[in-house]
Amino acid sequence: MDFLTPVIDGFGVVLEPANLLYCLLGVVVGMLVGVLPGLGPAATIAILLPLTFGVEPVTAIIMLAGIFYGAQYGGTITSVLLRLPGEASSVVTVFDGHALALKGRAGTALGIAAIGSFVGGTVSIVALSLLAPVVAGFALDFGPPEYTALALLGILLVATVSNGGRVKAIVAACLGLLLATVGRDMFTGAERFTFESLSLADGLDFVPIAMGVFGLGEILYNLEERRKGAVAPARVANAWPSRADLRQSSGAIGRGSVLGFFLGILPGGGATLSSLAAYALEKRRSKTPERFGHGAVEGVAAPESANNAAATSSFIPLLTLGIPANATMAMIFGALMIQGVTPGPQLVSEDPDLFWGVVNSMYIGNILLLIMSIPLVGLFVKILRVRGSILAPITVLITLVGVYTVRNSVFDIALVVVFGLVGYLMKKFGFEPGPLVLAFVLGSLLETSLRRSLLVFDGDPTGFLTRPISGTLFLLLAVVVLLPLAQKLFRARRGTARAEREKADA
Amino acid sequence: MITSRGGSPEAGAGAEGTAAVPGAPEGSGRGAGASGATEAPDGRRGPDGAETGEPSGPGPGEPETAEEPAPPPAGPVTNIVVALVVVALGAAGLAGSWSLGLGEASAPSAGMWPFLVSAAITCLGAALVFQARRTRDAERFSSSSWAVLAGLATMAAFASLVGVIGFEIPAAVLAFVWLRFIGGESWRLSVLTSLGIVVAFYLLFVAVLAVPIPHLF
Repeated sequence: MDFLTPVIDGFGVVLEPANLLYCLLGVVVGMLVGVLPGLGPAATIAILLPLTFGVEPVTAIIMLAGIFYGAQYGGTITSVLLRLPGEASSVVTVFDGHALALKGRAGTALGIAAIGSFVGGTVSIVALSLLAPVVAGFALDFGPPEYTALALLGILLVATVSNGGRVKAIVAACLGLLLATVGRDMFTGAERFTFESLSLADGLDFVPIAMGVFGLGEILYNLEERRKGAVAPARVANAWPSRADLRQSSGAIGRGSVLGFFLGILPGGGATLSSLAAYALEKRRSKTPERFGHGAVEGVAAPESANNAAATSSFIPLLTLGIPANATMAMIFGALMIQGVTPGPQLVSEDPDLFWGVVNSMYIGNILLLIMSIPLVGLFVKILRVRGSILAPITVLITLVGVYTVRNSVFDIALVVVFGLVGYLMKKFGFEPGPLVLAFVLGSLLETSLRRSLLVFDGDPTGFLTRPISGTLFLLLAVVVLLPLAQKLFRARRGTARAEREKADA
Repeated sequence: MITSRGGSPEAGAGAEGTAAVPGAPEGSGRGAGASGATEAPDGRRGPDGAETGEPSGPGPGEPETAEEPAPPPAGPVTNIVVALVVVALGAAGLAGSWSLGLGEASAPSAGMWPFLVSAAITCLGAALVFQARRTRDAERFSSSSWAVLAGLATMAAFASLVGVIGFEIPAAVLAFVWLRFIGGESWRLSVLTSLGIVVAFYLLFVAVLAVPIPHLF
């Protein structure tokens, strides 16, 4: 059982007191973030990035990962009690969770959600532990052409699946790619788009962009939201679900976990999509679909298991290929790069402590969450009473001072404000900021591998298609681009046909 | 199959179908898969009626956002301006990367990659111009947009003053403006809270963490 040794060593890493502490910190912050509507996990990680500089890479990523999956737990609480999904991924939990709360079964809903989340997370971690080294081993042979294809596919898929217009999402991604070129060119040493500014010569830093576009941009955007009337939260009694409830939802939890795991691996998939898909699946499978929306326990169990499973499995592309699958993973990718760790297939073999430490911290984190979430519900409900108008200036100041602490640079403060404005305007005009940050993070990888491949192929772009893996990936890329176009054409033609038929009828 | 559009509308449709049942507050999940900003399938929103009128309430057929009206979509003029800004950005990128030199396909120079990306931006911007009349995902500025402007002004002031007079006064001013004028808190609470925030920041960043942030005291 040699291959198990690094796994067990990983537990040794997690159980170090500092790592345990940061894991706890991460999941608590994550839960808080999940509870408070407004800032999503990506924005929170952005704002807390400066916190991770003083600590070891493993510890930093353990905390950031904790924030990510902790938020999935927290979002459930507000969905069930207040009909306010704190996270996009718990929007579907609202339907049945709140219906259960109205029937006086809020405790059951929360309990089922916590157990479902735990099972989903654990299933996903086990699968991750088994699958990730295999994927990483496979990816070790990848050369520049494969990475070009992977990075392009990742960016494009994220842009395609994001909400908002698809064209706008791709514009945002291209903008991120363009921003990544600012600074000295790695091949020729030429300065690009620096406008003779010394501060720009080394390129734009990831931290001010992420903190500005996600953090400040989101805060500014929320200023325009209307005030939310305080809703009296339902009383929580008996958080332990009955045996009948458990039996009823066990299938949903199992299916949700598996579905979530697979959707989480796909770029752009992630927690939100998988919770929607798991809910839809349960409803379709159910013999009594009419109960859904009126307090079906499965309607809480499936999406909650799925979003946690997906949150965990979306680490696979990041840790094995070095390709973040969604905006939050892009933040963790950025954090790793800042720590001097390049995520990729070599991570499992070269840095097993980090790899298995992070993976195993998720077991511990999930147990911590399960233990804490039910007794802490009352506390979270209290925190919800803190007004956004008081939290907002504190968050802004933490961002402004925090971004300074990273490089001790006043220029970065100006930069974060500028990108705050950019992020606000993007959201205002329907451009998702996620693809921008993701593309920015992948920008230099994409450019470097593209130019290396072109050098290898001696300028012949057909070389991308003749290599088996990159060829397959480019084929996939073509499908992703052409399928929606074809669908649109097909739909348009059917639309005109119908219109003509109607005209003929009339 | 879920990777591409083949799967996602299916999932989306499932959620939409259920959304109608309990009248869920879709609008409150910002950036949620189901928030009102999604590219609406044909006919989900009313026809192009709100081009010239005052910012009216939520359009017809959106009962799910009744609790929390989303800002009305921007008119076609805004959409065209936004699209033209994208085109201009792409054009600027094209010019900038052209001057860097493109090189050959076999020996790409510094400008090649940004040129390709800028070309893509320009084309997509042009596509947005053509789509402008049908675009529904941009919001128009509302009377509460001044709060954003005020918030930005305080941040800009903080950024430009922190190197000169330290962080304490700009931070206090920022917190006060956000509390009193943007957040609508009482004078008393605003003054006390903003002072409290500055003291806490001073203790945390200067006294405990010894971050070299410029400070007055």
